[in-house]
Amino acid sequence: MALTSQDVSRIAHLARLELKPDEERAMLAQLNGFFGIVERMGAVDTRGVEPLYTPLSALQVVQLRLRDDVVTEHDQRELNQRSAPQVQDGLFLVPRVIE
Amino acid sequence: MSQPAPERMGVAELGRALASRRLSSVELTKHLLARITAHHELGCFLHVDEAAALQAAAAADARRARGEISALLGVPVAHKDIFVTADAPTTAGSRMLAGYRSPFDATVVARLRDAGMVSLGKLNCDEFAMGSANENSAYFAARNPWDRSRVPGGSSGGSAAAVSARLVPAATGTDTGGSIRQPASFSGVSGIKPTYGVCSRYGMIAFASSLDQAGVLARSAEDCALLLGAMSGFDARDATSAERPPQDYAASMQAARPGASATRPLSGLRIGVPREFFPPTLGHDVQGAVRAALAELEKLGATLVDVSLPRTELSIPVYYIIAPAEASSNLSRFDGVRYGHRAKDFTDLLDMYRKTRAEGFGAEVKRRIMIGTYVLSHGYYDAYYLQAQKLRRMIADDFQRCFRDCDMLAGPVAPSVAWRLGEQGDDPVKAYLADIFTLPASLAGLPGMSVPAGRGEHGMPVGLQLIGNYFDETRLLHTAHALQQATDWHLAVPPGV
Repeated sequence: MALTSQDVSRIAHLARLELKPDEERAMLAQLNGFFGIVERMGAVDTRGVEPLYTPLSALQVVQLRLRDDVVTEHDQRELNQRSAPQVQDGLFLVPRVIE
Repeated sequence: MSQPAPERMGVAELGRALASRRLSSVELTKHLLARITAHHELGCFLHVDEAAALQAAAAADARRARGEISALLGVPVAHKDIFVTADAPTTAGSRMLAGYRSPFDATVVARLRDAGMVSLGKLNCDEFAMGSANENSAYFAARNPWDRSRVPGGSSGGSAAAVSARLVPAATGTDTGGSIRQPASFSGVSGIKPTYGVCSRYGMIAFASSLDQAGVLARSAEDCALLLGAMSGFDARDATSAERPPQDYAASMQAARPGASATRPLSGLRIGVPREFFPPTLGHDVQGAVRAALAELEKLGATLVDVSLPRTELSIPVYYIIAPAEASSNLSRFDGVRYGHRAKDFTDLLDMYRKTRAEGFGAEVKRRIMIGTYVLSHGYYDAYYLQAQKLRRMIADDFQRCFRDCDMLAGPVAPSVAWRLGEQGDDPVKAYLADIFTLPASLAGLPGMSVPAGRGEHGMPVGLQLIGNYFDETRLLHTAHALQQATDWHLAVPPGV
């Protein structure tokens, strides 16, 4: 099953990526080339196989740790905002979203 | 008393020279900084801070003068620019993070600094560690010191080239699908990617979180062990950090195997050779070098065992579904709001996101975000992402079946030696296929090494890959060390260096 240029536009929208027309054309060809090597994955019978989401669970039961309920991070607002594109009064500025 | 030029000494040797006060860290640091400037055309470094390096070197010398003893105290290092640093910019090789300053240091960086290592700067890499030639750096390509018209490998290409060119005795790297082992192989240095969870991912800019793992590139297994011991270990700030006591790899790798002798240090060791790692597409030159290294391991007492990893080829699509899926999620944080690039002209918030990301990301990163977004989207998740994760389990199980018959595995790192810059052209799939031998261990989370094993076509280095079972880094290092005691492949220096 090959992707169409509509698929590429839809995926680019979901990914919040603006693609120029020539980029979109190249992307379509490259993605279809890529999915050509992916198709053989579908031929393998994986019924009853547990997905391996994190590698160490192949070795042991991996449980998420709970840390003590204490404050470990302290206020570093200025440090955290020093690389922000636009800041005012300690707040991150974004374009108006509510009219 | 004569001693080799400082750049010719490895980490362990430098530690001894510093301890004996034959050399000061300031002298050494100045010497290497001058070399970095002289070899600027290799494109290894994205950032060098001479003043900070000299200050750290002076502090290390002062600690030595007070009688402090530590193998790494005052020894220079450089970090792949994927590790965040509070005192130096971090770009991940991307325009998106041009000028970014992290509020904190990555755990790996902090631990090596605490051990006394002197950071010379930040090393070039493929953008967000996506690539296998360092050509995807948004800044400039790094070059292979063995032939400057060729790539050093990637994504830790700057790390490999800098170590190979004797600009720094050791460097950090990260490996998601082979990004330490492959550049180590291409550039003729030793590299180790430990078991997933051994090194903290805190402060390592995330590409694919279930695969990313930090490691070391250096001149020898012994040097790799020294750094790995200092930078690894449990870190509560990484939810997937393995809860294990600290390991002294440099000491444990020296321990003799039971039944071993001086001439047969690997006596009793069973090394599995996966037959799928020798397909018709494997370069004859690489095959020859790898077979010669395997024969050397046999001479040292190891027994070679024929094993099978039947899903080796399938690991390519499996990896290139899982890694982009995780990347598309991780890279969604680059939205032009909290840090990084923001587009100048836009109509509204959505337009700002789209233009910011279009301008900030390079072609390969965009491709992987697109693949990842697609395979995670409604209606496709089961066919691609879930199926890939099930196959990943089968690949991990295949390894465990092998480890019933052997203690570790060995084979090539990559099908060819380093290619010429630009040679891969516009076909990303061609590059993906070349990752075939490093992806299986990455998917399973197993430790892997690349150790120099002579030269192939055009005199370019070839690496031997060693793959161990979970947390078996010591055995890998011990084996690589035995090989390096008996051979001199790892001592070869690129011409003109």
